[in-house]
Amino acid sequence: MIYRLFTIISLYILHSFSTVLFASENHHANAEKEHTHTDIKSEIKADIQHHLQDSYDFHLFSDKTTGKHYGFPLPVILWDGGLHIFLSSAFHHGENVVQSGGNYYKLYHNKIYKTDASGTLNFDEHHHPTNDKPLDFSITKNVFMILLISLIILLMFKSMAKSYQKNGVLPRGVGRFLEPIILYVRNEIAIPNIGEKHYKRYMPYLLTVFFFIWIVNLFGLTPLGVNITNNIAVTFCLAILTFLITTFTAKKYYWQHIFWMPGVPAPMKVVLAPIELLGIFIKPFSLMIRLYANITAGHIVLMSLIGMMFVFQNWIGSSLSFLLAFVLSILELLVAALQAYIFTMLSALYFGSAVEEHHHDSHH
Amino acid sequence: MEIIPKIVGAGLVVIGAGIGIGKIGGSAMEAIARQPEATGKIQTAMLIAAALIEGIGFAALFAV
Repeated sequence: MIYRLFTIISLYILHSFSTVLFASENHHANAEKEHTHTDIKSEIKADIQHHLQDSYDFHLFSDKTTGKHYGFPLPVILWDGGLHIFLSSAFHHGENVVQSGGNYYKLYHNKIYKTDASGTLNFDEHHHPTNDKPLDFSITKNVFMILLISLIILLMFKSMAKSYQKNGVLPRGVGRFLEPIILYVRNEIAIPNIGEKHYKRYMPYLLTVFFFIWIVNLFGLTPLGVNITNNIAVTFCLAILTFLITTFTAKKYYWQHIFWMPGVPAPMKVVLAPIELLGIFIKPFSLMIRLYANITAGHIVLMSLIGMMFVFQNWIGSSLSFLLAFVLSILELLVAALQAYIFTMLSALYFGSAVEEHHHDSHH
Repeated sequence: MEIIPKIVGAGLVVIGAGIGIGKIGGSAMEAIARQPEATGKIQTAMLIAAALIEGIGFAALFAV
């Protein structure tokens, strides 16, 4: 744990310094101070906006003086009356029109539009392009990182399973670190909330979701600039999974509780039914929003604090905001684990209510 | 001009959420001080309640 912490912290420091270097070079290029201020502010804003979005290429950093971007392209997969596959480097960051199988595509504000050969975009009164959008199955940065992280998790647990096979009860290597966490999820999250009788059915999902969210959040704190749980589509899918599992494994008493609450007078039952029915959908919705908003807010605050270094442009202010950003990123390490814990915990709570037996209801 | 009432409203919600989470934390502290052996259970309940309130706070922030 401590080793991992140090790795992340040192990566973070490296990241901050590389940003300082590149930005200060850019700063010297502008002579007029007032002008620089507004420039840097809008630049920071654009940088944060860019960071919060998914993208078609894996962009690591760019050199402002030479205008070069460092990173690697990812495949773009479109379905538009046929399959179109090409590398995102063909877009040249939105400058080029890509011709694929007789159709033309252009990247505009991180979205792919179908255009004519010269790349004309038509805009409506709100300055949104009215061009058709093809069905997009691209391996974007987020998809790429999800696949990579899934692979990491798979390898981690595969090696753990193998060491159990070989050594019996004592795990080796990464398993020694993972075993207490798995036991924690089982003993503190699954069993108290779901109950001894049914918890085993839900353990695979709970463990997967816990480790997935945790590792994804930790990757979000590295200077790679990935932020998967910042994407509401990802948290939406996780919440939908919890919703589906709750709904399809629910027993009789769960539905009875929703539509005909036992132990309350009949008029109240009629009032309670729609509220409870709404609650089914509010629960996963709050799961989705909580994870998404926590991580997004953390990233915005962290990046703004790093940006403050360039706004202050003096030793005291900049080092103070660096210190603040440093402390906050340690807090973010806690938040990364805490959000994984809360998501798993609340999922377990909902599963617990779905499989609740009759004798638990007697106190209502 | 239209944005100002929205921001004030979101601020009020955040103040409310802050007071709520503060109260939960304070009560949990007192409860742990009274019954240190129940620390684990109290922490779990505290985190769940705090997470539920936090959700409302974020919903208000994102509604702006």
